[in-house]
Amino acid sequence: MSVIYVLLTISIIVAIIFFTAFIISVRSGQYDDSYTPSVRMLFEDELVKPTPTDKDSSAESIENKNKSIQLNKSQNL
Amino acid sequence: MDKVNCYHCGDDCGKKPTEYDGKNFCCNGCKTVYDIFSTYDLSYYYDLQSSAGSTPNVVDGKYDFLGEASIIEKLLEFNEDKLQIVNLYIPHIHCSSCIWILENLNKLNAAISSSQVEFPKKTARIVFNPELLNLKELVILLARIGYEPYISLDDYDKGVKKVNRSLIYKLGVAGFAFGNVMFLSFPEYFEVDEFWLDQYKDVFRWLMFAFSLPVVFYAGQDYLVSAYKGLRSKILNIDVPIALGILALFIRSTLEITFDLGTGFFDSLTGLIFFLLIGRFFQQKTYSYLSFERDYKSYFPIAITRINGDNDEETVQVYDIKRGDRLLIRNEELIPVDGILINGRAQIDYSFVTGESEPVFKESGDKIYAGGKQMNDAIEMDVLKTVSQSYLTQLWSNTVFREDKSSKFQTLTDSIGKRFTWAVLTIAFVATAFWLYYDSSKAMNVFTAVLIIACPCAIALAAPFTLGNMLRIFGRKKFYLKDTQTIEQLAQIDTAIFDKTGTITTTQKSSATYQGMRLSFEEESLLKNTLRASNHPLSRTLYDLLAEHNIVPLDEYQEHLGEGLEGKKDDAHIKVGSADFVGNLLDANPQNTSVHISSNNIYKGRFVFHNHYREGVASVFKEMDETLDLAILSGDNEGEKTRLEEILPKLTPMYFNQRPNDKLDFIKSLQEQDKKVLMVGDGLNDAGALAQSNVGIAISENVNVFSPACDGILDASKFEQLLKYIMASKKAIKIIKLSFLLSFLYNVIGLYFAVTGQLEPVIAAILMPLSSISVVGFTTLATNLLGKKLI
Repeated sequence: MSVIYVLLTISIIVAIIFFTAFIISVRSGQYDDSYTPSVRMLFEDELVKPTPTDKDSSAESIENKNKSIQLNKSQNL
Repeated sequence: MDKVNCYHCGDDCGKKPTEYDGKNFCCNGCKTVYDIFSTYDLSYYYDLQSSAGSTPNVVDGKYDFLGEASIIEKLLEFNEDKLQIVNLYIPHIHCSSCIWILENLNKLNAAISSSQVEFPKKTARIVFNPELLNLKELVILLARIGYEPYISLDDYDKGVKKVNRSLIYKLGVAGFAFGNVMFLSFPEYFEVDEFWLDQYKDVFRWLMFAFSLPVVFYAGQDYLVSAYKGLRSKILNIDVPIALGILALFIRSTLEITFDLGTGFFDSLTGLIFFLLIGRFFQQKTYSYLSFERDYKSYFPIAITRINGDNDEETVQVYDIKRGDRLLIRNEELIPVDGILINGRAQIDYSFVTGESEPVFKESGDKIYAGGKQMNDAIEMDVLKTVSQSYLTQLWSNTVFREDKSSKFQTLTDSIGKRFTWAVLTIAFVATAFWLYYDSSKAMNVFTAVLIIACPCAIALAAPFTLGNMLRIFGRKKFYLKDTQTIEQLAQIDTAIFDKTGTITTTQKSSATYQGMRLSFEEESLLKNTLRASNHPLSRTLYDLLAEHNIVPLDEYQEHLGEGLEGKKDDAHIKVGSADFVGNLLDANPQNTSVHISSNNIYKGRFVFHNHYREGVASVFKEMDETLDLAILSGDNEGEKTRLEEILPKLTPMYFNQRPNDKLDFIKSLQEQDKKVLMVGDGLNDAGALAQSNVGIAISENVNVFSPACDGILDASKFEQLLKYIMASKKAIKIIKLSFLLSFLYNVIGLYFAVTGQLEPVIAAILMPLSSISVVGFTTLATNLLGKKLI
């Protein structure tokens, strides 16, 4: 068998891989909103800053803080 | 004095800013939001964009209906015991700070596990645990940080909307196949007699065939289906020659490779469909945050409070309201049905309906209509009609709202397509007949070659690219159109009908003239100081209109809701308000809104409020009058008639006291006289006329605020430009016609090759993209030049 078949197969497989990647990305809704992600990526750093160090205690402190902001209590401003 | 702007919302803080944490705030609400944000380490919000917030405005009990399980169920996208997902429309979303804060809601409340903003649509999709935080609390949390979601009857029973992504898929398939086919057909372009090429050409050809299958039967199916439908209803639209071209290309190519006659035209075939789809994609500019399909449901609440005897309040779904029910309408709530006012002072803002922002006062026993917003304390009303039968809403039972405007309109491309198809078929048959006589072996070749080369790819691309680009240019100029077809319709307009209130008048400014006895300086000062304390819109307007006076504390001040104000300083006593309240029983001109004044119980006179016309109304009408038939169609009384006559060109027809249905019928009768009508309106009462007209444009002070279903939304600040936009549309049509000419030129060259029987695949492969690209280039350039001339 000629090498040309091998080359053709490889080229088509590569093309199909990219094509599938495209279909998957469309299907997952990546093309629905093309604006927000461009903004979101700019403040990603600040977003994760407080969490990684002590996950448990920070989660707890958030829980505590939530008690002070419980909605039904402070609702009638 | 330096102006101090609020750290949170950026509004002017006025004379007494609230200071907190070294920052200035305009009000307590803004301060509270700042406080919340800084407590939860969310002050990064202010670093992203300064003064991005809005003043929270939470009205007690407004979201009580979110306690009803049946209503919650309808609003949620996903609902399980420990997980609920809701997609909320939040009109305030406008900058990166908004995205950041809304996506960090989990820091504010641990019950929220994640939230994602879709900025163009101004929606936030929030995932939360209903055991810790129910939907009502979530909505109130959002409202308290200034991101109040807008929930209307439209959201009810909407469920998860399916997004139609088929065009992107088709574009992907066509592009993928086009690229690969180009690679595969490249070697044969050079027509070299090379051993290896000859050896394997069958493999290459059948691969191309395989690639073209999904292109023809999936990506190109719209053209085939549309052509078939067109033929069945005996219409020759532009898709007929396109479909003929596609089929001729596909069948001839398949036959060629089957009988080893040549390489076929798979490259041109896939390229053609790819380019056509790009055009379609380009045309599809949508303003996802604007909706052109709104009806009353977008304005109406989902649920309302019903009083079941014995002070038993119950939240009921609006559709479940029956005749005879008693409803409680709170401050800021919308009246969903027609009824009779039973209790309380109604001060109703009908701006949704009429565009008039001045509230109307009603006494108990008066009839009140659906669509108004209560601006005062809670009122009670008895229901006379159900939602769908109310004065305003029954307008939507008219058939106009069910018809698709676009199906009735024949686009320029389609009308060209008709003649084009005939021409192509004639040429094809004449050429075939000639070759049958001259050299019958080439006859079939020539026939298909004509169909292939005449495939109006460039023609089909001219309109989408011109109009699509125009649509974008208009969008940048704050003139948002629903689709490209609207531009074509706009170019044909010969009659323009305007609504009055809210359309040619502004809601933001008004002017008043004083009639009566002159007020002394002391009286005016007292009047101004009395007005200072009132929040009534008329008081605010009048206050701003009066000359500056020193602020003196009043000895006595009383506000009589729905009647007027009373102020006392030393011996002077002043009454401001309605004619009855002030003691003037002979109101000479009840048609205009007026505020009456009496000083020490002596009637002084009245301030008559006038609609304030938009800047440039006179000049816009004057210019338009030269080319278009104009008319005014107003739901109001004739109070402003004389003033309008001064402003507008002579003999402009004016119709007053027009009900929503009358407006619709008026437009209809004009259309029956073969007029192409442009309707410019703003309120829900214009909705019928907007739908019936050829082009309905809604004027909007703020495009984020709702406007009724229409073909286009024009930002109020651009009102003066309306005629220029119409002219630009006409020019855009000229551009399309010019590019038709250009593509005909290419067709003539192509047809020369086709008719003489020398069409090689390589010529088709060069000619087709070349004509498409030059047409696209020409239209883009021309429309951009056109756009530069617009302000």
